[in-house]
Amino acid sequence: MALSLATASFVIERDPARCIACQVCVRQCANDVHFYDADDDTVRAHDQSCVGCHRCVTLCPTQALSVRLNPLEYRPHANWGPDILRNIYKQAETGGMLLTGMGDDQPQRIYWDHMVLNASQVTNPSIDPVREPMELKTYLGAKPERLEIDDHGDGLTLRTELTPQLELDIPIMFSAMSYGSISFNACESLARAATEAGTYYNTGEGGLHPALYQYGERTIAQVASGRFGVHLDYLNAAAALEIKIGQGAKPGIGGHLPGEKVTLDISRTRMIPQGTDALSPAPHHDIYSIEDLRQLIYAIKEATHYTKPVSVKVAAVHNIAPIASGIVRAGADIVAIDGLRGGTGAAPTMVRNNVGIPIELAIAAVDARLRSEGIRHRASLVAAGSMRCSADVVKAIALGADAVYIATSALVAMGCHLCQHCYTGKCNWGIATQDPYLTKRLNPNIGAQRLANLLRAWSLEIKEMMGGMGVNSIESLRGNRDHLRGLGLNQVELDALGIKAAGM
Amino acid sequence: MSWASTENRYGDDKVFDACGLFGFMDTSGALHDGEAIVRGMSTMKERGNGLGSGYAAYGIYPDFADLYALHVMCRSEAARRDLELRLRQGWTIAHDEPIPHREVAGVLDAPILRRYFATPRGEREPGLSEEDHVVRQVMAINTERDDAFIYSSGKNMGIFKGVGHPDQIAEYYRVDEYRGYLWTAHNRFPTNTPGWWGGAHPFGLLDWTVVHNGEISSYGTNRRYMEAHGYQCTMQTDTEVIAYAADLVMRRHRLSPRVAALVFASPLWDEIAHLSPDQQQLCRAVRQTYGPLLLNGPFTVIIAREGEMLGLGDRIRLRPLAVGIKDDLLYISSELSAIHLVQPDIQYTWTPEGGQAIVGRLGQRPQPPAHVQRREPVLESELSYG
Repeated sequence: MALSLATASFVIERDPARCIACQVCVRQCANDVHFYDADDDTVRAHDQSCVGCHRCVTLCPTQALSVRLNPLEYRPHANWGPDILRNIYKQAETGGMLLTGMGDDQPQRIYWDHMVLNASQVTNPSIDPVREPMELKTYLGAKPERLEIDDHGDGLTLRTELTPQLELDIPIMFSAMSYGSISFNACESLARAATEAGTYYNTGEGGLHPALYQYGERTIAQVASGRFGVHLDYLNAAAALEIKIGQGAKPGIGGHLPGEKVTLDISRTRMIPQGTDALSPAPHHDIYSIEDLRQLIYAIKEATHYTKPVSVKVAAVHNIAPIASGIVRAGADIVAIDGLRGGTGAAPTMVRNNVGIPIELAIAAVDARLRSEGIRHRASLVAAGSMRCSADVVKAIALGADAVYIATSALVAMGCHLCQHCYTGKCNWGIATQDPYLTKRLNPNIGAQRLANLLRAWSLEIKEMMGGMGVNSIESLRGNRDHLRGLGLNQVELDALGIKAAGM
Repeated sequence: MSWASTENRYGDDKVFDACGLFGFMDTSGALHDGEAIVRGMSTMKERGNGLGSGYAAYGIYPDFADLYALHVMCRSEAARRDLELRLRQGWTIAHDEPIPHREVAGVLDAPILRRYFATPRGEREPGLSEEDHVVRQVMAINTERDDAFIYSSGKNMGIFKGVGHPDQIAEYYRVDEYRGYLWTAHNRFPTNTPGWWGGAHPFGLLDWTVVHNGEISSYGTNRRYMEAHGYQCTMQTDTEVIAYAADLVMRRHRLSPRVAALVFASPLWDEIAHLSPDQQQLCRAVRQTYGPLLLNGPFTVIIAREGEMLGLGDRIRLRPLAVGIKDDLLYISSELSAIHLVQPDIQYTWTPEGGQAIVGRLGQRPQPPAHVQRREPVLESELSYG
């Protein structure tokens, strides 16, 4: 093989005074960065292979290791940065598409960081969540426009029947991650945490492993373009079904689980031969227009006897408002929208970083459009695509979302360090891998506990911020853009978000 | 550009104010003059700052009981003539006159006030009731004109409001001369708007009136929900939104006042969990469907319409509300003092739980909750001045 022109992204620094050559790093690194030199009784490193996942740094018992960015050796150039050069070297070597994992890593504007929240002062009291009730309960699903209730003096009788709803104790769900893209232990961690926290996790397009059917009532089962693992028991096991049209990290393109990851268990769960590539087509081959989507929505509703809400997930793209309107009119009970910065197990780098729009703008546009068409009540709006903290969640709901999906934050809670190499299957944290040597590193007891802790911590923070704004129920925050102000945004952006500038 | 928006000169999200409110209803339908409401309201003068007061009275126009009584305020005589021309295009006006008033020291900048007793005529859009049609007419004028404003549009009822303390506004409008079976009153302590006459309470639409004390933290959510249902919130006040929400929920959706109370101040989920299964289902459905109309933040409110009065406080009781009963009379007040002042022989008084609806209805004698004891009259001889 010819000399690679691509230089290492990281350098490994090993403090010889601390290193005891125990070789923990050698055993932990699936990328074979560290190796033991028996002649010198020394551990050395191939810096070139390091992805910066920090597994070795975290586990080194003597804190002998540091991983640093390789100091910039290129002549500075505002247009031709080191990442761009490295990409070209790689492609010139391989002739292939650039692949990556996780969400867009480019410095596009993060609108969350340009919005600030309100708080009560003097004219109305803030509410102390330690002393007063603070309600986060959220129901997802279509709502009727009005209720009929008879008041017959000594009691009230409800005459309107509501369609099925999902009940969330906290307006945060775990977004779609398939068994295949992540390990069984990661799936189990998500399922158990969702159960404990009173929310839902999403199977992605990986089917449902038989051992996870026990968490069915906390499961949103996806029906995606590959239809992997979709059968009647699967549909009936879940609390809700989600038709996946698109994903924020890779709008407009399909998915690809390489055959080497299709283990026996995954082949059974997905109902495909072991070792074959699992290819999800870019479009559903039975959905070429909105009326086809309607047919699939109702096929699923018929199959499940109208007992479960049906969600449709799309990527946030330019015309997201009319697309969402069409989805609502096609009969979806939930519209899930995944923004530009949403994560993935594998996507072409160019697509991940350049296709779609930020979720903040998409929520604002869709919520406003559905309201102006008078159909906002006919579906719940779930926002995805990088909720990094509880404040992002509060802002998403104030913009108009009913609830949010988190995935990257959940992975981080389980140990992910955002090395963006999920697609290699060598996740040293045991998350995005099927290698049994690696997957056993994620203990589902600990994973579930860490995820539940994260949701609990965020719910405490959300309650604190809500109390400050003087609302004690999440439905009074939903779409309440009066509680948002923009910082450092131009008027076009403020108008797109439907908020005022700070100070106004 | 509406008149209201020209008064919101700083472009604030909403009007910030605190207030006092008082109302009573004779459920037998007997008429009472305005003396008691003015006295009760005026004793709570401390709750306002002179930047707005007002009264609503029901049963005051028996001679025109079947006609919409449109109370309008205009910036100029020219504006009034212009408005009248427009009204005459869509309405048959049976009678019109200046709203009687007398000059009062300290009451300034009064607009031209006139009332029209009228019936809408002409084609209505299919599917629109007469009331819906009137709502549209009133909304259109109030959103389009910056020189005229319809501030009362119900039948056999009227709103009298302006900038001043409650006693001043009462005297200006000669409130004591009207006789009604249901009265509500308000004084306000705005912090961000210079008072303007249209911005005082009560707010009205059709025969709905609302007097309100509080600042609704859910205003943005409530307003956007009402806008999606065709109501234009021009006043930037949470009180206006409550009036429209009452119209939507109780008139258009035909829900009873008790159910409306479940909408505006719904029980907490923890409370719902203790109800019977079918009541749980009902309360859950209310919150699921009408969650955007939950009024959050501190408030007490008296919502009235022909034959009905609803008093309500927020779920965690952040603003005061006192209730009293004397025979057929039901009193609702920010402070108990006003009730005692106007009705020394009050039989029952209590402070309702947060979110508990106090409903008065013509022909139904008000009943106190089971735990409230009847007050024995205090005889003069028993009073000790020790």
